[in-house]
Amino acid sequence: MSIDTDPKDTDAQLYWRANLRLMASLLGIWAAVSFGAGILLRPFLDQFSIGGAPLGFWFAQQGSIFVFVILIFYYAHAADKLEARFTGDRVDPVSDDAGDSS
Amino acid sequence: MIWTTVFVVASFALYIGIAIAARVRTTDEFYVAGHHVPPLFNGMATAADWMSAASFLSMAGLIAFSGYDGSVFLMGWTGGYVLLALLLAPYLRRFGKFTVPDFIGDRYYSDTARVVAVICAIFISFTYIAGQMQGVGIAFSRFLEIPVEAGVVIGGLVVLMYAGLGGMKGITYTQVAQYCVMIFAYMTPAIFISMQLTGSPIPQLGLIGDASDGTPLLVKLDGMLTELGFNEYTDGSKGMFDVFAITLALMAGTAGLPHVIIRFFTVPKASDARKSAGWALLFIAILYTTAPAVAVFARMNFIETVNDSVYDQSLVVEGEQATPDWFHRWESTGLLGVEDKNGDGRVQYTADPETNEVTTLNRDIFVLANPEIADLPGWVIGLVVAGGIAAALSTAAGLLLVISSSISHDLCKKVLMPDMSEKRELLIARLSAAGAVGIAMLAGIYPPGFVASVVALAFGLAAASFFPAILLGIFWKRATREGAIAGMSTGLAVTAAYILVYKIFGWVPNNAEHWFLGVSPEGFGTIGMMISFVVSVSVSLMTPAPPKDVQDMVERIRLP
Repeated sequence: MSIDTDPKDTDAQLYWRANLRLMASLLGIWAAVSFGAGILLRPFLDQFSIGGAPLGFWFAQQGSIFVFVILIFYYAHAADKLEARFTGDRVDPVSDDAGDSS
Repeated sequence: MIWTTVFVVASFALYIGIAIAARVRTTDEFYVAGHHVPPLFNGMATAADWMSAASFLSMAGLIAFSGYDGSVFLMGWTGGYVLLALLLAPYLRRFGKFTVPDFIGDRYYSDTARVVAVICAIFISFTYIAGQMQGVGIAFSRFLEIPVEAGVVIGGLVVLMYAGLGGMKGITYTQVAQYCVMIFAYMTPAIFISMQLTGSPIPQLGLIGDASDGTPLLVKLDGMLTELGFNEYTDGSKGMFDVFAITLALMAGTAGLPHVIIRFFTVPKASDARKSAGWALLFIAILYTTAPAVAVFARMNFIETVNDSVYDQSLVVEGEQATPDWFHRWESTGLLGVEDKNGDGRVQYTADPETNEVTTLNRDIFVLANPEIADLPGWVIGLVVAGGIAAALSTAAGLLLVISSSISHDLCKKVLMPDMSEKRELLIARLSAAGAVGIAMLAGIYPPGFVASVVALAFGLAAASFFPAILLGIFWKRATREGAIAGMSTGLAVTAAYILVYKIFGWVPNNAEHWFLGVSPEGFGTIGMMISFVVSVSVSLMTPAPPKDVQDMVERIRLP
């Protein structure tokens, strides 16, 4: 496994941390297309256009929605893979309590 | 009208048929369809559940009038699904119970927290359901010449029939049918209008396409609007921070609405919850990316055909156009009104209220009149009416289930009468559904004047109460009972107070100068949510950590 390992970590903690990282990067994209491109950067992006529409306006009305759909399907796929990797050889993960990692 | 009757009656027969086929005998089936719904179907049902009469009838018109400002609804009401799919749905599904108050009550080891959640859930759902019933009544009265009251009662009884008999199972399969009806009804006129205006059969591409004279559609519309004294369509009038706040409040509110969350309890596993959120958003996106195109087409069509048209057809001079027939027809419904202020016999549509002669212009008109504007045959109008009713009924049914399960399961079974039998609980669930339909019918017939403004309240409250409480419950094991109760109640109180002061009592003028940090009541859910997070975290840190079994439960729902 290529994730940074600490011998004390249980599989459950490794899984959880990998999952949080995955979520954080996808939420980054979520915020970038809506709050970023659609709102904060709109005045700047509107000087470019996509087809006949100003780019920032398009992100706010259509583009962000397309990206949202892709994000969820990607997450569903990636989270399944992540779970499969960790459920293959799982020791009982609740038995060890090494403190609150969140 | 014959076609309208045919479509409405046929769709109702379909819904009732499904209800009879899907009737249930256990609470497990009544509350969560026995956890047996395949992700694709759940996605479709969620889309119908989520898209209400407002999404179907009003949203395109709202965007048509507000241009860029309307983006808050498009991003806000879709972006919430990303939060749901990533942060909430899979964990709540793994938790494995029936309702949102179930999670709040168990995670925060407190019946007080459970009751607070029940109150929020019921309040939010009633706010919403009144608007749906009213929509059904209006659709009946306008298109089938049946009194509003009778329309509301018919609609209410149909919903009660399938929600009462089939519970979540009945609702799910009728919602799948309702999604098909409403998306077909929405897309058919949109596709034809897109072809007429831009030559593209895909409305999503029509939005970024060119008008028949070769200029981009949006550039042309911006030009037409500025000439008439309006703002540019692609430029907004709201402050940037306010747009930001409203979008975030709608997103978090969407993710925190109980009738949406419970849909994800119906699938077999957590991974199905993620997938079905993807399907749900895909099905929603079909309508939500068409709506901004319909908005542009409608605004443009309206200006081109109505402005400077000759009101009386017999007085048309060569080179002029007469006011279109559909305009006259809709005038008689009161959704459109003209006054020839300068007495020239022509209709002027301008931004200046002094010279603007279109004195009434209801925003619902654009979707309703779309088929006529595009010269489509009469059956398309019947389809749109059936679609609007489907949108309202599907949402009403989902809300009804939240109200009934909150009463029978969370309040009666969990708090008041823990020993009652399953049969008894099911009976109470059906009776509370009937009671809720009764109240919703009354609210639909005598709509309280504040219904429109309390929709903002519903989202604000969900964003400021459920969303932070559920999120912290999953991602922060240290969140305590005291923290959650304090956070939910402060978030609720502050948000409700802000909206009451500006929108319902009107104690302070409702405009940007008087708003806190320039945030409108619609966007205040964002501030309420921040406050709720801060209060929850600080109170949690000051109170003893949650018991071991609760911490273990949090561990368990995080496990793959």
